[in-house]
Amino acid sequence: MLKDLMTPENANVFVGKLGDILEKAIGKPLGYAINWGRIWSLWPVHIETACCSVEFGAASSPRYDVERFGIIEAFGSLRQCDLVVVQGTITRKMAPRLRLVYDQMPEPKYVIAMGACAITGGLYFDSYNVLPGIDGILPVDVYVPGCPPRPETLIQGCILLQEKIKRMKARTIV
Amino acid sequence: MTTELPQNIKSGSSETQIDKSTSSWLPPGLALQKVDERIMTLNVGPQHPGSGHMRLIVQIDGDYIVACDPDPGYVHRGEEKMAEYRNYITNIPHLERPVIHDSCNILYPYVLGVEELLGIEVPERAKYLRVIGAEINRCIYIMYWLAIYGIFLGHSTMFMWPTGDRELLIDLMEKMTGARVTHSHFVPGGVRNDLPANFEDVCLRQVNYFEKRIKEYAAVFYDNPILISRTKDTGVLSRQDAIRLGTTGSVLRASGVDFDVRKKEPYDVYDELDFESIVMKEGDSYARSKVPWLDMMESCRIIRQALEKIPKSGSVRVKLKPNPKGKGFDTVYKRVESGRGSLGCYIVSDAKPEPYRLKLSVPSFRNLIALPYLLKGEKLGNMPSVYWSLNYWPVEADR
Amino acid sequence: MSSDSGKPTTDSKPDSKPDSKPDSKPDSKPDSKPESKPESKPETKPETKPETKPETKPETKPVVKKPEEKSVELPEFEKGISDKIVEKFGDKVEVAFVKKDRVGINVSRENIHNVAKFIRDGLNYDHVESVSGVDYPQNQEIAVVYHIGSYSDPSLARQILVLSTTAQREENPIPGNDATRLPTLRDVFYSVEFHEREIFEMFGVYFEGHPDNRRLLLPEDWADLPPLRKDFAIKGR
Repeated sequence: MLKDLMTPENANVFVGKLGDILEKAIGKPLGYAINWGRIWSLWPVHIETACCSVEFGAASSPRYDVERFGIIEAFGSLRQCDLVVVQGTITRKMAPRLRLVYDQMPEPKYVIAMGACAITGGLYFDSYNVLPGIDGILPVDVYVPGCPPRPETLIQGCILLQEKIKRMKARTIV
Repeated sequence: MTTELPQNIKSGSSETQIDKSTSSWLPPGLALQKVDERIMTLNVGPQHPGSGHMRLIVQIDGDYIVACDPDPGYVHRGEEKMAEYRNYITNIPHLERPVIHDSCNILYPYVLGVEELLGIEVPERAKYLRVIGAEINRCIYIMYWLAIYGIFLGHSTMFMWPTGDRELLIDLMEKMTGARVTHSHFVPGGVRNDLPANFEDVCLRQVNYFEKRIKEYAAVFYDNPILISRTKDTGVLSRQDAIRLGTTGSVLRASGVDFDVRKKEPYDVYDELDFESIVMKEGDSYARSKVPWLDMMESCRIIRQALEKIPKSGSVRVKLKPNPKGKGFDTVYKRVESGRGSLGCYIVSDAKPEPYRLKLSVPSFRNLIALPYLLKGEKLGNMPSVYWSLNYWPVEADR
Repeated sequence: MSSDSGKPTTDSKPDSKPDSKPDSKPDSKPDSKPESKPESKPETKPETKPETKPETKPETKPVVKKPEEKSVELPEFEKGISDKIVEKFGDKVEVAFVKKDRVGINVSRENIHNVAKFIRDGLNYDHVESVSGVDYPQNQEIAVVYHIGSYSDPSLARQILVLSTTAQREENPIPGNDATRLPTLRDVFYSVEFHEREIFEMFGVYFEGHPDNRRLLLPEDWADLPPLRKDFAIKGR
């Protein structure tokens, strides 16, 4: 009886409906679960670039505890990390190293630009050795302004990143 | 590595023998080096939990370090060049960025120098406020330094306790100046604004609690057998060498030389306050990690005395005309004891609102010379404990 | 030496300023500068009488005229230090200024090595605090200033000797291969090692005898003028 039901014209519609059901039943919750796992374990790479690293260290302190969001910063190997927090000014000497670090990280990876110097060059916009913002070398997800941003602002930036990840498609990367 | 002259001075790459097959597509400085049979070159680079914002090129033979070549400059932002394009007041936020949490101490010699150039006399209350600000900043810096030392040694409590306890003092600075870090509080002529209403009570309470708290560190850190075994008798700097290499600050005092700028060349009201300069004799990493901790207790004494002796009322700032400039050609060199050592500022001015040349002589750069000297012959595992015990802040050394 | 009273110029500069005027009061001290420093360019004759200033501009010899004006108050101890150097080296050195805790000496590049050795052995100074370069394009020279201090001698704890020398400056510099050279002081004071490297890359002054004239702070592929020279302009200014 199924063979009579499945004419060539119906087959497309049948497969499409089956795809929809599978997407709603399994795909969406699976994507949600994958994103949930990614949000609550963002591990940043241990690269301190300039003076904003002091406020990043203060954000990991017991008072502003960013570890309760899963952001633990004490890893040696960047092959296990998925977040690069660019803390402050990027000079011309540091820029190729930063790009190399970003290229070595496995997908999915995210970038937070912390501090005015990472966004546009900040206070040092006219210096001979400073890049005017890191937009030219890295794809930035969240910009956290301030000079330096307070630890609470940095945590708000991380929450914004979490909201952004929730809206992303979970399986764009193989 | 510091005894060979590379063939090409102009390009100045750090490696002396470049592997030609890869140098065409890698940027200079990252090109690979020929491999020796016995000596291996390690890049302890800017992305490393044990290196700070700098690269160390370390050559090892098995487990022993043969040579070490420090490669600073990753945070070189050109402070000295930009200071020539901004006038004396606009330079203040710039010059405090090298060490943002110790900003009062790095502005201090600059402000004293500009006051001497312009011929200004600072009111008494402002001097006491400056001393209080400088001492609180010293404690804030030393706590962060201890915290990073903990990360280098893998002791996570040593990271959590100091960063938690220094928040008390950061609260005090926030009440006093309005900002957590980069206070921009010192200006030529005094300080920017006066203390809020009941600052003295809050300050005394917090400083007393802080002092009680750091005395507890002895049990967890300084009498801890693991820390002692990792840092005792490593990186020993003798008294003669400490003088000859021109080191400064806690590195010098841990090797037996009693030199503290606050005692030898007192500035503001340090000659009316009673404190000691801490000196230890051994000169190893353990002594260098202990001297700043004892310094913090002396700072608490200074803060308490200053709060008693401060004149209860008075102006805190001498108003300057806009665009202040000196008359004629003049030079001045002032130095101050910061959390890391003696910080000097050399200003050359020629009757313009901008300085002609401004040079910061920072203690981190002066202590850097001890690093290749001390690491020769050390085991590789001792490298983080020796390196960070030199009280080195890379952002300041690069300016 | 209060500046308002129009007294003749002196070199001494006590730390506690007698004038508590809030504004930038001119100091009469600067006028004693111009005879040794090539800073005759910022011509300032504020209040001091033009007794010797104008004609002493170009050369360094005129410093011998200075002593009669600066007889007023010179700090004793610092004067003693500068006298010892002058009596050993005669007119190869020139005393730039004698202030409280700071003694300034100018030397030419041929004699700086011997003067530095005497400072270390004869006067007990033992380390260099900082080395800075100052670019004077008007005079075609680059001055290198050493600040020398002492840890081991308690009487010299506050003193800093400011030793300054000049190197010739070229219009189109090729760092390392042109005439801007100075002898290194690394064998006299070991602590100048990294400081001289920094001056090499920032100003282009090559130090002869330094075993390692390499780049320290700038990126490895820097191919422009040395940045702290005055003709290197920051973008947009």
